Amino acid sequence: MTPKTKLSCRNVWKLYGANADGFLSQTPSPTADDISRAGIIGAVRDASIDIAEGEIFIIMGLSGSGKSTLVRCLSRLIEPTGGEVLFDGVDLLRASEKEMIEIRRHKMGMVFQHFALLPHLTVLQNVMFPLTIQATPKAEAEAKARDVVELVGLNGREDYYPRELSGGQQQRVGIARSLVTEPDLWFLDEPFSALDPLIRREMQDEFLRLQARLHKTIVFITHDFEEAVRLADRIAIMKDGEVIQVATPEELVINPATGYVAEFTKHIPRSKVLTVGGLMTKGDTAEGEPIPVNTRVSDIAERVISADGPLPVSDQNGLVVGTIDRKAIAHVLFGSGEPS
Amino acid sequence: MKTMPRTGMLIAIGLILATILLGYFGRDLSKALDARWLVKFPSAWVIPFKTHISAAMSWLVEEAAIGPLAFTDITRAIAWLIEQPYQLVLSLLATGFITGQGPEAQVVLPAISWIVVTTAVVALGQYCRDWALAALVGGCFLYLAIFGQWDSAMVTLASVLIAVPIGAGGGLLVGIWAYRHPLGEKILSPILDLMQTIPIFAYLVPILFMFGFGPISALVATIIYATPPMIRITTMALKAVDPEILDFGRMAGTTDRQLMWRVLVPSASHSLMVGVNQVIMLTLNMVIIASMIGAGGLGFDVLAALRRLDIGAGFEAGIAIVVLAIAVDRLSQAFAERMGQVHHVNPGSWITRHKRSAMVLVLLVLTWVLGQFSPLLLAYPESQTITTGAFWDNAVKYLNVNYFDTFEAIKVFFLHWFLLPIKKTLLGIPWPWAIAMLTLLGWRAGGWRLALMCGVMSGLIVVTGLWSKAMVTVYLCGASVILATIIGVPLGVLAALNRRAGVAINLFIDTLQTLPSFVYLIPVVMLFRVGDFTAMIAIVLYALAPAVRYAAHGVRSVSHELIEAGQVSGCTRWQLLRHVRLPMALPEILLGINQTIMLALSMLVITALVGTRDLGQEVYIALTKADTGRGLVAGLAIAFIAIIADRLVNAGAKGARIRFGLES
Ligand SMILES: Nc1ncnc2c1ncn2[C@@H]1O[C@H](COP(=O)(O)OP(=O)(O)OP(=O)(O)O)[C@@H](O)[C@H]1O
Ligand SMILES: [Mg+2]
Repeated sequence: MTPKTKLSCRNVWKLYGANADGFLSQTPSPTADDISRAGIIGAVRDASIDIAEGEIFIIMGLSGSGKSTLVRCLSRLIEPTGGEVLFDGVDLLRASEKEMIEIRRHKMGMVFQHFALLPHLTVLQNVMFPLTIQATPKAEAEAKARDVVELVGLNGREDYYPRELSGGQQQRVGIARSLVTEPDLWFLDEPFSALDPLIRREMQDEFLRLQARLHKTIVFITHDFEEAVRLADRIAIMKDGEVIQVATPEELVINPATGYVAEFTKHIPRSKVLTVGGLMTKGDTAEGEPIPVNTRVSDIAERVISADGPLPVSDQNGLVVGTIDRKAIAHVLFGSGEPS
Repeated sequence: MKTMPRTGMLIAIGLILATILLGYFGRDLSKALDARWLVKFPSAWVIPFKTHISAAMSWLVEEAAIGPLAFTDITRAIAWLIEQPYQLVLSLLATGFITGQGPEAQVVLPAISWIVVTTAVVALGQYCRDWALAALVGGCFLYLAIFGQWDSAMVTLASVLIAVPIGAGGGLLVGIWAYRHPLGEKILSPILDLMQTIPIFAYLVPILFMFGFGPISALVATIIYATPPMIRITTMALKAVDPEILDFGRMAGTTDRQLMWRVLVPSASHSLMVGVNQVIMLTLNMVIIASMIGAGGLGFDVLAALRRLDIGAGFEAGIAIVVLAIAVDRLSQAFAERMGQVHHVNPGSWITRHKRSAMVLVLLVLTWVLGQFSPLLLAYPESQTITTGAFWDNAVKYLNVNYFDTFEAIKVFFLHWFLLPIKKTLLGIPWPWAIAMLTLLGWRAGGWRLALMCGVMSGLIVVTGLWSKAMVTVYLCGASVILATIIGVPLGVLAALNRRAGVAINLFIDTLQTLPSFVYLIPVVMLFRVGDFTAMIAIVLYALAPAVRYAAHGVRSVSHELIEAGQVSGCTRWQLLRHVRLPMALPEILLGINQTIMLALSMLVITALVGTRDLGQEVYIALTKADTGRGLVAGLAIAFIAIIADRLVNAGAKGARIRFGLES
């Protein structure tokens, strides 16, 4: 069963500059040259993606590649110059102002790179804010807010002000606030980029833990490929406003669409991307505790190498579907980097 | 702009020399040629704008109407709106609530006792910051009581308490409107520019005419004067809100109104409070000027004392203004800081949470009840006030007796070698030549548009018959600006280069800027008596600040790479200053001088009080006679001078920036 598509965009353009609208209607699919000749900035060019329900979809790219712009087109914080954005099959760009407010109040949540907390409100008030402006009864709003505050592990800090918290804690507030309305669709724009590496790692674990419970449809932006690989179900790579490849982390490593993508993926250790499923040999002859197929090589390497023989590999349902041995692992860890 | 070729330079120097010579000998020359009209515009040629404007204004006030709604109805409505809260606050602070009139007047409720007001400001000081601030503001208010300035100070405070909320609130709303509508900002921006260049003097007379002599006129003028910076700061502060916060607000599903009032305005509150503080300072700055059109209080006391040349009384009231200004300024700054800070709400009942307010309220009721039996609780006893008037009088007498010759020598020196030659030259320049030169200058600096503007505006000044008064104005402001530049720019450079000097100079400048403009006049009049020299010193003191500030900022912001490049090529400190820092800071210095010119022009009213014969005096006379046409024409002439100076200097600064590659 393929999961249903939650959010998709078709040929979305965002051009900045004088008379960008007129330009796009005259030249419906301009090339990069056309655009720069017209003195226009192509922040997003002809982007089409489909995001499945419950998926963690990551948008990756260098600074200025148009990630934020694309995500803001998806949430219609920015009006795209052209194209359509389908949310549950409905074109968001046709929604009225009022409908858009309703959709954002109930179905979308967003986390920001620099947290975007309101400085004059306490943690609890910040988290309650989205409910407050919907005129949710105070007791109900407060109860919900306390729940999510607890969910992100900030209990006890409800009455602190943002500036009294560390960066990691502030982002937890941002996360709690974006979840308080129980949205279906969760946007995160470089949520951990402003944090120290250690905290970042901790927050990534936290994020995975949350998602395991909540099963949101997630659009997550990062410029850190390692982060993308850790978290993503699928990754879209952007360059100069264009989406150049959409694939799972493994596919990106194995079959990069262009030299640019290959360059991107080169510096990350294979073992952190490749999963056991891609390396196993079919059969069920091995002994021992089975390893799930989607386990990353780096997480299991030690066990496989120190084992006496091949180990069994199980699928999502716990059925043993194959075996993996020392040689395959060693090849990933010490080989040329080319997958076998 | 291209660098001036050599011949161009020579021509420019030649023209300047010619102008100076022409000016210096203009009078004799015109006599010799029997063409006195060249320096003195003949009164027969004057176009009587004054009368036309007076007639138009009378029509406006007496007859103008849109349907049944007469113009006067509108002004009356505005006046009524302002008057209600003003009367309330005035009654509370100063006059008490009275029924009946004349001899039957009965006090229903006396004004709030000095004890309560002082306690309230102490409590507020402690709430906003700490006991040190509480002691400072408490001391300020006690001073007002003990030195017998209480009643006047409360009248002034009442107008501040009305003008500030209206100015700040109105500025906020207009600023928000401009932020929301880009077109609105486009319309507003030049108007604000203009309002900042036009000295307050220009609109005193029309306001007087529309609202009549009295506190309401004064409040209207004050509000008009104090609001523009708030509008600017609001728009800027809203624009400076982190775009992520804006995005968050919209993602949370806010309506436009929620986005503004629950997200943007609170997020910008820190900068907005800076604007409020500006409004407060400008309001206090207007205290004396406003008393010319009917504000009572301390401003009126100063003005009256100056008119009587009663140095002691003027000084006392002047110090009281400073004391009040310091108290209000410090309190509002601390309040702003406190608003921006984290503070946790204590649990408990209203009384435990609002101990201070409760205490003040209890005290208020107590003094009102017990005040029936002991008037001391309501008003500070007059017999216990200390007057320092005699002391100041004696001090001045002492200084004048013992150092008269020194002061006189300084004054005569400046008059003889500095002021009079400038005056003679400026007054001697034939007006056709002056118009031609200004037009030429405008053309060189900013193309034909600026040329046209300079030509038309200076021409208008001539045909209104105000040319020589305008020249006296230019002379007085010009001399003051030259002096302020000579003193201010080096101070600014020093402040930028030497940290310790910088701290001291900053403190000095900050203090100068907290003082309301008129206060400078009093000690100077004491020592030098009335006249041009006195006016000049007062203007220099008032207008010095921007010259210092901008110079310091300009020198500080010269790029490090340039400095290092200079050092690497072996410049000495002096060469570095001379060849790198100063030239690169020139545009900024020019902008500072521009601000200095604007401030100098806004001090013109002072020159009227000390008896110079310039445009300030013209407006002043018009004020006393309520002669709208005369006042408006003179006010416009001042505005024209300000605009010409502003545009020329700005164009010059822009040219300099382009030459140095700081702007394209
Ligand atoms: N309002 C705007 N006007 C003009 N150009 C813009 C505007 N907003 C974005 N751009 C341009 O669009 C491009 C994409 O910007 P965007 O912010 O989406 O990049 P990003 O991938 O999110 O980068 P970062 O990692 O720095 O956040 C950039 O070249 C930027 O300069
Ligand atoms: Mg971005």
